[in-house]
Amino acid sequence: MKISLEQVRKVATLARLALPEEELHTLTGQMDAILSYVDKLDELDVADIVPTAHAVPVENALRADEECPSIGLDKALANAPTAVNGCFRVPRVIE
Amino acid sequence: MLSKYETVIGLEVHVQLTTATKIFCGCSTRFGAPPNSQTCPVCLALPGALPVLNGKAVDFAILAGLATHCRIAPRSIFARKNYFYPDLPKGYQISQYELPICEHGHLDISLEGGATKRIGITRIHMEEDAGKSMHGETPETSASSFVDLNRAGTPLLEIVSEPDMRSPEEAIAYLKKLHQIVVYLGVCDGNLEQGSFRCDANVSVRPRGQEAFGTRAEIKNINSFRFIKQAIEYEVERQIELVENGEKVVQETRLFDPATGVTRSMRGKEDAHDYRYFPDPDLVPLVVDEAWIARMREQMPELPEARRARFVRDYGIPEYDAEVLTAERALADYYDACVKLHGGGKVCANWVMGEVIRGLNEQGIGIAECPVRPQMLAGMLQRIDDGTISGKIAKTVFDEMWRSGRDADTIIAEKGLKQVTDTGAIEAIIDEILAANPGQVEEYRAGKEKVFGFFVGQVMKASKGKANPAAVNDLLKKKLAGG
Ligand SMILES: [Zn+2]
Repeated sequence: MKISLEQVRKVATLARLALPEEELHTLTGQMDAILSYVDKLDELDVADIVPTAHAVPVENALRADEECPSIGLDKALANAPTAVNGCFRVPRVIE
Repeated sequence: MLSKYETVIGLEVHVQLTTATKIFCGCSTRFGAPPNSQTCPVCLALPGALPVLNGKAVDFAILAGLATHCRIAPRSIFARKNYFYPDLPKGYQISQYELPICEHGHLDISLEGGATKRIGITRIHMEEDAGKSMHGETPETSASSFVDLNRAGTPLLEIVSEPDMRSPEEAIAYLKKLHQIVVYLGVCDGNLEQGSFRCDANVSVRPRGQEAFGTRAEIKNINSFRFIKQAIEYEVERQIELVENGEKVVQETRLFDPATGVTRSMRGKEDAHDYRYFPDPDLVPLVVDEAWIARMREQMPELPEARRARFVRDYGIPEYDAEVLTAERALADYYDACVKLHGGGKVCANWVMGEVIRGLNEQGIGIAECPVRPQMLAGMLQRIDDGTISGKIAKTVFDEMWRSGRDADTIIAEKGLKQVTDTGAIEAIIDEILAANPGQVEEYRAGKEKVFGFFVGQVMKASKGKANPAAVNDLLKKKLAGG
């Protein structure tokens, strides 16, 4: 096995996914199959290859430190389920 | 008890950069704007929005790296640090992980008694700040938190030290030095209260002589030098007590409460510490070549140590004065400007360290708001040099410049403060004083020379301080001798 039920459970917790027990089992099987497939890469000798951080050979896409207009409060809060005094209102996050 | 154990401290400092705009979008970084008014699709994490790195933030990171003797990485990459919190709209923070922009630096701190100690800097990486959460305080709002994303995406440097400090005092010395440097560089405004310079402290204890580190606790987000000292002192005592009682220190995050002076465990955060970093596919690698580094070296302002040495060498002032005058960059700039205009290193130092600093302290303002600008102070000092006013009257002129913001010449003319050097006028005053005090004249002539000071005082008083003191001395001596 490439991944254990416990590891899948932990990843689900970190991703804030509440998954029923049988689905955790199904996912463990599927993720195991995916990881086994990726293992195929081990057949290649990559000793001399520098790890790639990006798919295209581009570097230094930079912008100047110049201000652009913000989108405005109405648009910023348009998708908020509730907003109060210009703030997003969310369930309390500390005790 | 304390001497049986050794304290080990490592510090992580978050420095907010003074760029005009955020690190990955063009929104303003101005402090104090109405909530969520400085936001856009990128910093709100709306679908499809893509980050583009602010080049100025990279310049600042390089400057900070050079000033702390770091190696600047020829190639660094951005990574996603994954966790959930309402003020982190993307569900991840863009940071640097495996390949930070600066590594392997150090700072030399001065210890009491004049010794210096080298504190290693492990790394400096670039990252974005999160937004701000506020928590409801009334019955209607107590079930809610409120999120303002103006700060989300503000550029930060995280400067991570080696666990090289052995006392709260060393930690404070390191922090003050680092603070001074980033403010001198102009990459940070240094405002602790507004959170521009924030510190997390990793603290552990170990029996003296033991090589392995003890288990450490991380104290989060302390925003004043005094609190950092208190927090570390409390934490050291707490850990020693645990060890003495045969209990174990738990590796955890703790919060310092300034009201009670204790640190409290932030339970429940531990399992969230699995951040699953991975390279951010939205950002291309950052390549810094020698030319870029050389450009930054050229832009590097004079740092406090170099400036202190120059003041001593070129302006001929004592070490102590140079230390005081370079503590803050703005004050050093002020003094430097005064000397460049007037030329007298020591006399400028005396006035800046005396009248100027006293006035600032009295009004609780910074040098930037000082109503007497360097050209005004230098102008007044020239009027002392050319004999227009005496050193004593200069104090009056200074106070008036401070109050009115007008220059010395205007004040001297308007208030008639010009020194009387006309010997005839001074002689007339002296004659009057001598005539009015025949007893003292007798005493002086009988050899009681101390009375001389009495006459000087009387003449100065009668001239309202405007008589030239040297002329008064000369004429008095002649008159008293001649009879
Ligand atoms: Zn934005």
